[in-house]
Amino acid sequence: MSTFLAFTIFGLFSGAAYAIAASGLVLTYTTTRVFNIAHGALGMVMSFLFWDFSVRQGMPTWLALVLVLLVVAPAVGWFLQRFVCRGLGEGPVSVSLVVTVGLLVGCIGLATQVWKPEARSVMPFLPDTRVQLGSITVTGHQLITILLSAVVAAGLFLLLNRTRIGTAMRASVDNPELLKLFGGRPDTAAALSWAIGTSLAALAGVLLVSQVGLDYYALTLLVINAYAAAMFGRLKSLPMTFVGAMVLGLSTSYASGYLPTEGIFNSVRNVMPALFLFAVIVALPQAQLRIGQVKGSVAAPVPSTPKALAWGAVLLGVVAMLSGSMSTANLLLVGTAATYAMVMLSLVLLTGYGGHVSLAQLSFAGVGALAYAKLDEPSLYGLALASLIAAGVGALVALPVLRLTGLYLALATMAFGVIMDKLVFQHESAFGFNGTLPAGRMSFFGTAVSSTGGYVMLMAVFFVLMALFLLALRRGPLGRVLIAMRDSPAACGTLGLDMRWFRVGLFALSAGMAGMAGALFAGLRETIGAADFQFFNSLPLLLLAVVFGVTTVTGATFGGIGLMLMPVLQSDYPELSGLIFAVIGFGAVALGRDPNGLANLVFKGGRLAQTRLLPRVRASLPELPARGEAAPDPSYDEGADAPDQSQQKEVPVHAAP
Amino acid sequence: MSVPILEVLDLHAAYGRIEVLRGVDLTVPKGAVMALLGPNGAGKSTLVKVVSGQKRATGGDIHLGGVHVTDADSAELARVGLCTVPEGRSVFPNLTVQENLVLMSYAGVPADAVLDTAFSYFPRLAERRHQLAGTMSGGEQQMLAMSRALASDPALLLLDELSMGLAPLIVDELYDTVAQIAESGVSILCIEQFARTALRVSDYAAVMIGGRIVATGEPAEILETMDDVILGGVA
Amino acid sequence: MPLLEVDDVVVQFGGVTAVNHASFEAHAGRITGLIGPNGAGKTTCFNVISGLQKPTKGQVRFEGRAVTRLPVNRRARRGMGRTFQRLEAFGSLTVRENVRVAFDIHRGVLGMLRPAASDVDALLERVGISAYAHERADSIPTGTARLLELARCLAGEPSLLLLDEPSSGLDESETDAFGDLLAELAQEGRAVLMVEHDMDLVMSVCDDIHVLDFGSVIASGAPSDIRRDAAVQKAYLGYSDSDDDGLPAGAGHVGRGGVDVTRTDLPPVGVDDMGDETTVLPAVREPIR
Repeated sequence: MSTFLAFTIFGLFSGAAYAIAASGLVLTYTTTRVFNIAHGALGMVMSFLFWDFSVRQGMPTWLALVLVLLVVAPAVGWFLQRFVCRGLGEGPVSVSLVVTVGLLVGCIGLATQVWKPEARSVMPFLPDTRVQLGSITVTGHQLITILLSAVVAAGLFLLLNRTRIGTAMRASVDNPELLKLFGGRPDTAAALSWAIGTSLAALAGVLLVSQVGLDYYALTLLVINAYAAAMFGRLKSLPMTFVGAMVLGLSTSYASGYLPTEGIFNSVRNVMPALFLFAVIVALPQAQLRIGQVKGSVAAPVPSTPKALAWGAVLLGVVAMLSGSMSTANLLLVGTAATYAMVMLSLVLLTGYGGHVSLAQLSFAGVGALAYAKLDEPSLYGLALASLIAAGVGALVALPVLRLTGLYLALATMAFGVIMDKLVFQHESAFGFNGTLPAGRMSFFGTAVSSTGGYVMLMAVFFVLMALFLLALRRGPLGRVLIAMRDSPAACGTLGLDMRWFRVGLFALSAGMAGMAGALFAGLRETIGAADFQFFNSLPLLLLAVVFGVTTVTGATFGGIGLMLMPVLQSDYPELSGLIFAVIGFGAVALGRDPNGLANLVFKGGRLAQTRLLPRVRASLPELPARGEAAPDPSYDEGADAPDQSQQKEVPVHAAP
Repeated sequence: MSVPILEVLDLHAAYGRIEVLRGVDLTVPKGAVMALLGPNGAGKSTLVKVVSGQKRATGGDIHLGGVHVTDADSAELARVGLCTVPEGRSVFPNLTVQENLVLMSYAGVPADAVLDTAFSYFPRLAERRHQLAGTMSGGEQQMLAMSRALASDPALLLLDELSMGLAPLIVDELYDTVAQIAESGVSILCIEQFARTALRVSDYAAVMIGGRIVATGEPAEILETMDDVILGGVA
Repeated sequence: MPLLEVDDVVVQFGGVTAVNHASFEAHAGRITGLIGPNGAGKTTCFNVISGLQKPTKGQVRFEGRAVTRLPVNRRARRGMGRTFQRLEAFGSLTVRENVRVAFDIHRGVLGMLRPAASDVDALLERVGISAYAHERADSIPTGTARLLELARCLAGEPSLLLLDEPSSGLDESETDAFGDLLAELAQEGRAVLMVEHDMDLVMSVCDDIHVLDFGSVIASGAPSDIRRDAAVQKAYLGYSDSDDDGLPAGAGHVGRGGVDVTRTDLPPVGVDDMGDETTVLPAVREPIR
């Protein structure tokens, strides 16, 4: 009995902390319609700051608390609303997801840069206070946390219902323009909600840090608990959010107390929040199709087939040259870049064309790799089967949530990523705890491609084929339907399209592409483990894809190279390892609004060169030789809008080698 | 003549490439009620949006009480005494009546005074003060919207299609309220697609077609010269 | 049997009743007008019929079978097509691709392989927007975009066309052509249900008219009956005399289209000003059939 009570107290304590974090999340979401994926990361940074103030600089605890909770956190929240998240709420969900994921990664980078990894600890509050309740003991820290959650609940209630600014916050959700006509300032309301939200994230972080430890990732991902609680309140009801947080806190606590410590259940304890999140999302009611939200987005042009073929040939040529001359270590890097680029191609399909965000694309690659290694059938057949299995898993993730869209789908993939990380990949029958599996190099109709150079070449061929497939798909009917679905789901519905199955298919195809990349990667590395496909690494992958342009093959190519270079740079300049993360994170924050990314700039530059410079160059030449011998076309231009007609004339010079 | 409360000079505004206001010139004298008439799509609502700071002008000037206010923020304008009641129900449906009224105090009059004024004009609102505004009838919602015009003591009141979607009797009541507000010395620019009720309470009228003011004058002369335009110009 | 029956439908948003026990029907081969002041609940009715909005109460029957629980796409498969008041064209595709997509969706995965180019062009020609075929759909004028939505919806070969303010944004001659097209579409056996503010058009092309006010159907009948209906005059005009008070947007056309108002006590401005046209009443184009 007393152990039960002890677990109850502990559950209430963690529930209270989750509730504080979740209420901050709900507050910012309801007032600005931006779901802040980085909520936990902000709490993490604030906890480090608290450690810095109270332990490293030796400030009195109360002063450190005041500085963190009442000065720095609100200031950061205000800044984020003003300069990062303003106007995001009205845009597509995918953009606000990418921007806040960028914020998350940026925060982690910042924290690792400022506070280098070392052992740190933060003492609980009131370490000497113990309250005896019958046979069980409640620590002062637990008591404070539970009391604080009640204070936060009451405070938020009073703020939102009894003050003018609180009323204005609720009003600005409905109609910010009208609030302005009333003389109110929606921006002030939004900034205040972000200030309070960030402060609550900080409070939750500071309260949990003595329990969880100062860790960049653990604190950041603790926010999944908050997501789950917030979803329980449907992202709008604060009371239900508190209930959800308590249910989650208690069930996690009981799970750790009573589930057997052996077998699968041991891992289940670690993924309770993710399972809870998944369950809550699945139970959400169907979102109605919304009308009147159509925004045609400026899409990057699709290249004509000859152009795409030509560039594919160029790429293969480059890889062929490299594979003949490079060291094995470097070749492995090229192969890795190809893998990432292929995974990013799967994101081009899902995010760039389809408008859905996956936060766990590497986990799908992991499924493919695992299947490939387990099948032990290193041939095209094995590769195809592994891709199919990954596609099936992708469909399975999308199926329960096929009624939902946008944010919920993305969070479902996040829960999936965490479950794969902690439950599936680590399982004995998979990679095993910190284990690896051997994987064979692929053979082609009986001929094994055993040299690393050859294998890298093979991967490049697969990348080019995948890219050509993607472009063909985009130009074909399915691609048009995808774009139509992104532009106006309501119109697609009234034209008779069953978007749920289409979405599942899209998800499956994208997962299958990622799975194929994973399987090829397994063959490249010859040993493969869970560490290669950590959920968290899916986030920088997504960000780099967006930064370089998630709507184009070019973006995926550069993104893959960029992601491959990241760890290389980090090991070359260990003192800057955090900075690299921060640059990518904050870069995505800056560029996340334009899904066409840097690749589009390249195209624009190319077009400019073509239209402005080329005529001048030609004019300066007295007599132009036959066109086939002209200098290589400087524009890496993915063609114009109407590929069928206008493109045929300007077959690039490289097309006929 | 004293400084006009609103002076609009050669105002241009566009949605994308489509120019909607093509050089609007309009003057509302202090203390006067002016009706702005014109067919659907003439740009009347756009004019309200630009004057109230909700939409940026692409050219031209707006003076409010002699002060140049082009491109001022709409919240700022509201605080200095421009009360805009936009098209449609301009209340917050998910807030209670009382909360709606409390928000009206942003315009500068204390919340208590707003509540007092609103409840004394519209006792029905007092009965429903804890009801969600969105659950009231259209007429009651429009009363709530008009409470802002009454209680916030504006210098200029912009009314956009007050009558839209309302039963005629209620429209009549609302225009009685407009007349009362006008008596208290508030200048009013009142936009209606269909003219008669608005003209009943106004001192001047202007007619807008195709993004320009094509006529201004006393209601009677406007009616005489412009009737076909007002009614027939739509097609 | 009517092709579409809306039976005692109620829609409430929070406490606001947008549609209040509305019942009406639409018949194959006929053009039915759904008119009423702004905010009367017309578009909400359309959303209920096409499945974008769940009714709080009531039934929608299509071809005699209840479809109230069917999702949007299944209703479309059964033969409902609609356009939107607030445009829902696929902005990042060209006009041609918009229609192409509609064919693709309608013909399903296997049908996608069938060449559709000539069908697409024929449809663009039919609604009269061939000139815009290669423009991006978010760069064309509103009226054209409405015609594009009509073309897109025709690609699905619907037996019921739901058109939400299809003529707004069209100029006079385009509206005339559009009226002819509507008549043709009905003649081919389709039921056309149309929300429209241009009373000239409504009165000239519609066979039946239902008038919505405050979410309820206050009158149903042929255009000539509707013109005479006292309740309609009250809803549109405020009073059953020619008082013009509180006339909602667009309603001015009622007079012009020839609402037969008793003209005593003429106000300085009123329907009367259209006197000439009102007396020459059958400015009404006879439905072409």
